[in-house]
Amino acid sequence: MKLKTILMGSAIAGVSSMAFAQDMASDMTLVSWGGAYQASQQKAYVEPYLEMNPDVSITWDESSAEAVAKLRAMNEAGNITWDLVDVVASDAIRLCDEGLAMEIDFNEMLAEGDDGSSAEDDFGDFIVSDCYIPQIVYSTAAAYRPDLLPEGAPAPDSICAFFDTETYPGKRALEQRPINNLEWALLCDGVAKDDIYDVLETEEGQDQAFAKLDTIKDDIVWWSAAAEPPQLLADGEIVMGSSYNGRWFSAIEEQDQPFEMLWDAQVFDLDGWIIPTGLPEDRLARVMDFVRYATDTQRLADQAKYISYGPARASSAPLVGDHAELGIPMGPHMPTAPENSENVFVYNYTWWADYRDDLDSKFQAWLAQ
Amino acid sequence: MTDATADELIVDKGTPPLWGFTVPMSAAMGGFFGFLAGNTADNGLMGFVIGLIYGAVAGFVLMSFVPNRTAGRLGLIVLTAVVGFVLGTWGGAVAGIIVGAVVSWWIYWIGRGDYRSGVPIYATAGQTLWHNTYLFICGFIFFFLIAPIITIIPLSFNAENFFTFTPEMLALDPDGYSLKHYRDFFSNSDWQSAMWNSLKIAPVATILAVGFGTLAAIGLSQPHVPFRRAIMAVLISPMIVPLIISAAGMYFFYSRAGLQGTYLGVVLAHAALGIPFVIITVTATLVGFDRSLTRASANLGADPVTTFLRIQMPLILPGVISGGLFAFITSFDEVVVVLFVGSAQQKTLPWQMFIGLREQISPTILAVATILVAISIALLTTVELLRRRSERLRGLSPS
Repeated sequence: MKLKTILMGSAIAGVSSMAFAQDMASDMTLVSWGGAYQASQQKAYVEPYLEMNPDVSITWDESSAEAVAKLRAMNEAGNITWDLVDVVASDAIRLCDEGLAMEIDFNEMLAEGDDGSSAEDDFGDFIVSDCYIPQIVYSTAAAYRPDLLPEGAPAPDSICAFFDTETYPGKRALEQRPINNLEWALLCDGVAKDDIYDVLETEEGQDQAFAKLDTIKDDIVWWSAAAEPPQLLADGEIVMGSSYNGRWFSAIEEQDQPFEMLWDAQVFDLDGWIIPTGLPEDRLARVMDFVRYATDTQRLADQAKYISYGPARASSAPLVGDHAELGIPMGPHMPTAPENSENVFVYNYTWWADYRDDLDSKFQAWLAQ
Repeated sequence: MTDATADELIVDKGTPPLWGFTVPMSAAMGGFFGFLAGNTADNGLMGFVIGLIYGAVAGFVLMSFVPNRTAGRLGLIVLTAVVGFVLGTWGGAVAGIIVGAVVSWWIYWIGRGDYRSGVPIYATAGQTLWHNTYLFICGFIFFFLIAPIITIIPLSFNAENFFTFTPEMLALDPDGYSLKHYRDFFSNSDWQSAMWNSLKIAPVATILAVGFGTLAAIGLSQPHVPFRRAIMAVLISPMIVPLIISAAGMYFFYSRAGLQGTYLGVVLAHAALGIPFVIITVTATLVGFDRSLTRASANLGADPVTTFLRIQMPLILPGVISGGLFAFITSFDEVVVVLFVGSAQQKTLPWQMFIGLREQISPTILAVATILVAISIALLTTVELLRRRSERLRGLSPS
C-alpha cells in the first residue's frame, strides 16, 4: 500500500525530522476557530514547530464553523486547500461518515504518552470517531452577573435558574440550536438525567421540552457566536448566559468582568483535528509530522497555559500548570476540575447525529412561532 | 434693532395660541426627552411626567417673558445642562445641553409660528402639518442611515475589550478612552497581513476593471455595434445577480481552472465585479461627448489611437476615474466572493473583520471600521469633485 509507506515514512520523519524534509511540503493551511482558542494553539505548538522547522510557513483559516460545508464544496470541486482542520466531535463524525476525513491509526501515527501508555489508551474514551484526533475538552457552561440580580435573590446554583424568571428576572442568552437547550429544559422539568435522551426520542418528550422553553421564550436572547454572551453580559443586556467555559474564563480573569460561573449541568464537548482525504503525498507527510508533534503529551498540556480547556490526553493532566501571563493556576478553571464537575451533563454525540436534522427543523419552526 | 423687527414680522404673520398650541407642543417634546432620560434610570413613566412638566413650564416662560430668542435658548440650555450635571455629572451635562438646545429651538419654532415659514401664507393647517411631517421623515431617514456609522466612532476609542459605552466613557473621563484598538490594528500581524492583501488585490483589480470597462463602454457607445443592449446587460450582470450566486459560480469555475485560492483568481473575480461600475460611469460621460471632435481629429490626420489618447480620453477622464474609485471600493469592501474564491493566503481586510466579528467581538474591528469610513469619505469626496469638474468641462465643450 502506497499510503502505508507514506505513513511509515512520516512516523520515522517525526523522530528524525530532517532526513525526510525534502519530501514534505513547506506550506500548511490550518483551519481553526479564531479568537483566544486559536491563539492558544499558535503559542502552544505552532510557534515551537516553526522554530524547529524554519523553512515551513503556516497559514490560518478561521473557518471551522463552516468546515463541513466547505470541505464538501472542496471535495466537489476537486481542490482541497486545507491541510488540517479543527472541528467539534459531531462534525468529525459527520465528515468521517461522508469519507471527507482520513482514518487515523492512533498508535502508529501519534506519539505515545509521556507515561509510556499507547496513544489509544492515553486518549481513551475521547476517541469518538476513527478520523478524529481529540485535543481538548471544553464545556458549555453558564455564567451570571451577581450585581444584576435582584436584591436578596440567592446566588443561582442550578441551571434551572434560567427557567426561573420570577427569582431572576431579565434576559438570558442561550445558543440558537436545539442541542443543550432541550436537554436543560427537560432536566429542569423534572426528568431524571439518565432518562433525558430516552424521553427526547418520543414526540411527547420533545413537546415537553419545547413547552418548558416556551415559558421563557420572551426572555431569551439567542446567540450564534460564542463571543456574544460575554459581550451581552458585560453590557448588562442579559443577567445570565451560556457560552464556552474558555470564553467566560477570558472575560472573568483576563478582562476583569464581574461575572460568576454557574458550572451546574455543564455539557462537555471535544475539539480536535481531522485530516481531509485526498491530500497530495508531500502535504500529507508534512501534516503527519506536524500533528504528531502538536498532539503529544507536553504540547497539549502547554495549550492549557493559554486557555482553560482540559487536555484530551490523560497523561497531560498532571503537567497542566499556571496561566502564561496571569500566573494563576489553571487547574481550578478547567471544566474537568472536581469542584466544577460535580454535576456534568454528558452530551450524546451519536444520539444527536441521528436526531439533529429532525430537531433542527422543529427548533427553527418553534423559534418562528 | 434687526432682532426686534424680525420678531415683529413673524408676529405679524400670526402667533399660534399660547395655551391651545405652544404649551402642549412644548410639553410633548419635553415628555419625549423625559421618557428617554427616564428609561436610562429604568423609570420611563416618571421621566415622561417630569419631561411634560419641564416642557410645559419652559414653553410658557420662554414665550411669555423671554422675547429675545438667543437669551432664551442660552438660558434653557444652561439650566438643563446644570440639572443634567447634578443628575449624571459630565455625561448628564452633555445630554442636558443637547436636550436644552433641541427643546428651546422647538419652543421658539412652534411659539413664533416659524413652522409656517416653509409653506405659503394661504396653506391650510393640514398642508402645513404635511410639509413639516415630510421634513421630519427626511431627517429621520438621514438619522437612521448615519447614526449606526456615527456610533462606532466613539466606541472605537473604548478602553475596554467590549463594544460597550462604559460609565467612564459616558462621564467623559479620559481614562475611559484609549487608542489601544488602533495600536492593535497597526501591530497585530493578522490585521496587517489582511490590510496588505487588500492593498495588493484592490489596485490591480481596479486597473483591470478600468481598462476593460472603459474599452467596453467606448465600444458599446458606437452606434454600429450589433446587439449593444444584450452585450451591455451581460457585462453589467455581476452588479445585478445576487453576489452569493456569482461567488458560488466563480468558486466552481475557478477551481476547475486552477485559479481558486490564488492571488490571480481573487484579482480577476474582483475585476469582474468592478467592470459594471466603470462601464456605467464611462457610458454616462460619453453621452455628453461630442463625436464631431473625433471626426475633426481624424480630418487633421490623427490615427484612431492618437485621437483616443489625446482627444477622447482627457474629456472622459473624470468618468473613468470615478468608475475606478467605485471599482476600488468594491474590491476593498468585498467579503462574499473572496470567501469563496480566495484561500486563507488571500485573507483581505473585510474577511478579517468578518472573522473577528463572528469569533471574537473585539473593538479592533471598530477601529478598522472607523479608518475605512474615513477612507471611503475621502474617496467619495474625490468622486464628487471630479463630477463637478466634468460638468464644468462639458459646459465648455463646443456642441
